[in-house]
Amino acid sequence: MQTPAPCEYSRATSVDDAIAQLQALGGNARILAGGYSLIPMMKLRLANPGHVIDINPLESELNYIRQEGNEIRIGALTRHVNMLESDLLSQVFPHIFREAEAVLADPVVRNRGTMGGSLCQSDPAEDLSGVVVALKGEAVLRGPGGAERVVGMEEFHLGPYMTSVQPTEMLIEVRIPTHSGFGGAHEKVERRAGDFAIVAASAALAIEGGRITFAGVACSAVGPTTLHIERAEKALVGQAPSEDLFAQCGQMAAADCSPNSDGRGPADYKRHVAGVLTTRALSRAAATAVS
Amino acid sequence: MATIETTPGRNPGWAGGGTWGEVTDAPIGFGHMKRKEDARFIRGLGDYMDDVRLPGMLHSAILRSPYAHATINSIDTSAALAHPKVAAVVIAKDLETLGLAWMPTISYDTQAVLAGDKVRFHLQEVAFVIATDAYAAQDALQLIEVDYDVLPAVVNCRKALDPDAPLIRDDKVGQVDNLASPLWEAGDKATCDRVFAEADVVAIRTVLDPRSHPCPMETCGMVADMNPATGQLNIYNGNQAPHAHRTVYAQVAGLPEQNIRILCNDIGGGFGNKVPVYPGYVCAIAGSIVAGAPVKWIEDRSENLASTGFARDYLMYSEMCSKGGKITGLRVDAIADHGAFDSTAQATKFPAGFFHIVTGSYDLQGAHCQVKAVYTNKAPGGVAYRCSFRITEAVYLVERMVDALAMEMRTDPVDLRMRSFIRSDQFPYESATGWVYDSGDYHKAMKLALEMADYDGLRREQQEKLAKGELMGIGISFFTEGVGAGPRRHMDILGLAMNDGAELRVHPSGKAVVSISAQTQGQGHETTFAQIVAEELGISPNHIMVRHGDTDKTPYGLGTYGSRSTPVSGGAVAVVSRKVRDKARQFAALMLESRAEDLAWEKGRWFVRGDPERGATIERIAEYAYSATNLPEGLEGGLDANAVYDPPNLTYPFGAYIAVVDVDPGTGKVHMRRFIAVDDCGVRINPLVVEGQIHGGLVEGIGQALMEIISFDESGNCMNASFMDYLLPTALECPEHGFELGETVTPCPHHPIGAKGVGESPCVGSPPCIANAVVDALYHAKGIKYMDIPCFPARVWAAMNGNAQPPQ
Repeated sequence: MQTPAPCEYSRATSVDDAIAQLQALGGNARILAGGYSLIPMMKLRLANPGHVIDINPLESELNYIRQEGNEIRIGALTRHVNMLESDLLSQVFPHIFREAEAVLADPVVRNRGTMGGSLCQSDPAEDLSGVVVALKGEAVLRGPGGAERVVGMEEFHLGPYMTSVQPTEMLIEVRIPTHSGFGGAHEKVERRAGDFAIVAASAALAIEGGRITFAGVACSAVGPTTLHIERAEKALVGQAPSEDLFAQCGQMAAADCSPNSDGRGPADYKRHVAGVLTTRALSRAAATAVS
Repeated sequence: MATIETTPGRNPGWAGGGTWGEVTDAPIGFGHMKRKEDARFIRGLGDYMDDVRLPGMLHSAILRSPYAHATINSIDTSAALAHPKVAAVVIAKDLETLGLAWMPTISYDTQAVLAGDKVRFHLQEVAFVIATDAYAAQDALQLIEVDYDVLPAVVNCRKALDPDAPLIRDDKVGQVDNLASPLWEAGDKATCDRVFAEADVVAIRTVLDPRSHPCPMETCGMVADMNPATGQLNIYNGNQAPHAHRTVYAQVAGLPEQNIRILCNDIGGGFGNKVPVYPGYVCAIAGSIVAGAPVKWIEDRSENLASTGFARDYLMYSEMCSKGGKITGLRVDAIADHGAFDSTAQATKFPAGFFHIVTGSYDLQGAHCQVKAVYTNKAPGGVAYRCSFRITEAVYLVERMVDALAMEMRTDPVDLRMRSFIRSDQFPYESATGWVYDSGDYHKAMKLALEMADYDGLRREQQEKLAKGELMGIGISFFTEGVGAGPRRHMDILGLAMNDGAELRVHPSGKAVVSISAQTQGQGHETTFAQIVAEELGISPNHIMVRHGDTDKTPYGLGTYGSRSTPVSGGAVAVVSRKVRDKARQFAALMLESRAEDLAWEKGRWFVRGDPERGATIERIAEYAYSATNLPEGLEGGLDANAVYDPPNLTYPFGAYIAVVDVDPGTGKVHMRRFIAVDDCGVRINPLVVEGQIHGGLVEGIGQALMEIISFDESGNCMNASFMDYLLPTALECPEHGFELGETVTPCPHHPIGAKGVGESPCVGSPPCIANAVVDALYHAKGIKYMDIPCFPARVWAAMNGNAQPPQ
């Protein structure tokens, strides 16, 4: 039987209460959201926090998906199933959220797992992070005294299981800019349904007047963090969508990623697949872009 | 005295087999029927090992080796012992005083219960901590200090016999190398050589059936409860062979066998994994003796995957030849990797199990196989994972080789099989390696599968897809198994004949209890065995309780594995039912004032031949048997009997499988589009249970073919010790439109009800079928002729590009 090491537990009554607790515990505490990463790590004793602060009581404060001006705002405690089933997300960002959420782990995980948990775990193979990176979302971090800062994904994810969230800070919201003429897609190859990606690619495009006005390309599981394929994005913006262009972007993704060999496959394979999936995701994103 | 706490509403019966309500529409005998046991399972009311809670029960945890091969210099347990909740810490030195430091394996090897001199595989058992709760036991593990000197590890079975390979089993007197058992062979070498010399075409492949794991959902565990006052040892332990385990514990621990009681309640899957005795069991028993209290040991998933009985791990250098368009010969030189201790499961006289059934379904003129078993610094095994003692490896090999030969002959793999099958008029058929197949009609089963699949249509579709750059593969396998071990003149385990007993008591009300020695782990025995009695006696299966899982209350027998329940235990139940029926006839004669020989039987009643109105139902006969006041001399009251069944031969189920896959040319991802399975297991007692077995086995076959492997890094670290890394298939890896099942029925001529085993057939037949389908896709598109399983996307992509490699 797997059992965690001794650990204290408390429930947060508000975001500010959670932050106050973090502050009081001085770095020895972890926020518990869906628990599908933290609890298994604790049971394997890979994570041994002295204290967990359960934020599940904060549903009303932190579980939401809403549009404000040219932004979609998603609360940190929004469950994967809420994003999977959200009509608003599906309308504003067709396909991309639903495709990623549909292949993210399994229904049990999706029923509890959260946006905040996915991003804060900073697993480079995680699907939702790919979507947020491709969409150029930003993370809202709140600290003591209600101080908030907003950071882009490149600043947020520092490496595998490492983020820029400070010990007394908490991720409370993700903000994603909207675009007219949007099309998106998430492509994933996994060893088995529900597994972390061998490689995944997320593509977000906005196409207006036959030209690409916005491009976001992210590859998962091929680097220390979810990789934003900047060269491909630059190559896309201002161009007319074409299969040739997308194939070139695939080559850029393959060239620019930095996969490791592991049980999911050797690096050369992953590099190849990053290219294939990037091309496919872009191609489908363009095909489904709302004209 | 220990009592069992039960949650209100749970099934309170520990002896297993309790019925819970009745199944509607139950046939009186064979036929489609929902499972009686499912009422409790679908309510979450099964009782498993971890549900056992005894007063004063202690908990435990095992410290495991971080190294695959290392000398142990010292073990310091003082800090752990100082933990306020720790009751005891057991290490090898302590077990030595009880004579339990080493235990025999089921293959006449020895295995360290706790490592004393050195550790020989990654995550081997080193210390056993007993504490008042499971959390404290885990906490205390971290307080034990072990000083190791790391030794080079032998991880690759090909290198185990190199002259400079480190000696793993230096504990064994006279052991100078890593050979685990002497070279073992079957078939006539000279004949085989002659057949090869005369052959037209020869295919040569090195086929690896990689290490996988049976992976039951419920891991292994035990609650051992030694009563210091009475010397009674109660063992709550889900295992596949409770009677054999009791005998082993009596021998190992020197305890009187009658004082040991094994209680298996519900078992969450076995698949061969729960056949062996594991170190954790011996530790729990020793712990209970030492602590004077019940001790619970429940392993976690990682421990189950990394340390308990694995399966397969056969590396097979193989040649198959043809002459005149028919397969004529097979030659196999295999290395069996048994890990650090040879605890492979097999009948004693067969050191490579039933591997020599490797000629499969084909009428070969010559065959020879030899198997060399080696020690490596890997977890010990291998068990028969849903297979009859290495038949999976044999079928995997022969079915991969037939496809390989078809490619070399440039012929269709179906045509080659059809030309080479044993014909139905050749049964009973003696194979080139000495097996006597009981019955079969292979051509009929193959034809049915081809029709169901529309094979010609599939081949046309494959060509059309190919023209568009799409990869589609069609895989074939045709397996023959030999299951139901077995005849006592040939087969035993540790000297115990592989027979099974049954006791049947019909109560005065005409309701019955049948006690069996087989041990269900989910196979549906409570339904199937009730149906056998029902068929024989005409009592509703709802009125027959199947009792199993308690060695005090069931007859001796060797348990459930190797698809042996129906062939052996089912035979015993049919025989004991007939004994009761014969006794009922004596009573009926008295009741009907007729001579017994003048009575005729129809299901449920004896009647006077020629006067069918004059009859007595089994219920009335039962009542009479317990109440009649004037029984003649020689006729005892009561209606019961017992039997021990010694099967005259194995049963030989077979089947024709066809898999259709699509392979993504960009990523190598295999999509399982269709699976057609025609199974012939003789008479089907309950088609629903049979189909359930087939569904489950096919899913396991998909797992083995596409994703499951236990692999090791160069230092011998197990790389797949969690479900993150050891992938089990889900419904999403199965064909979207379900499995397409077909059946033919060729009864077993020597079994009382004509049945053959089926539990393992799908798991045996499907891995080569799916592998063949993947290779078929690559062959037609790119001329690729072979790849090993598992067909992970990365491995398929490598093969597609001409870089097929055996898995690491």
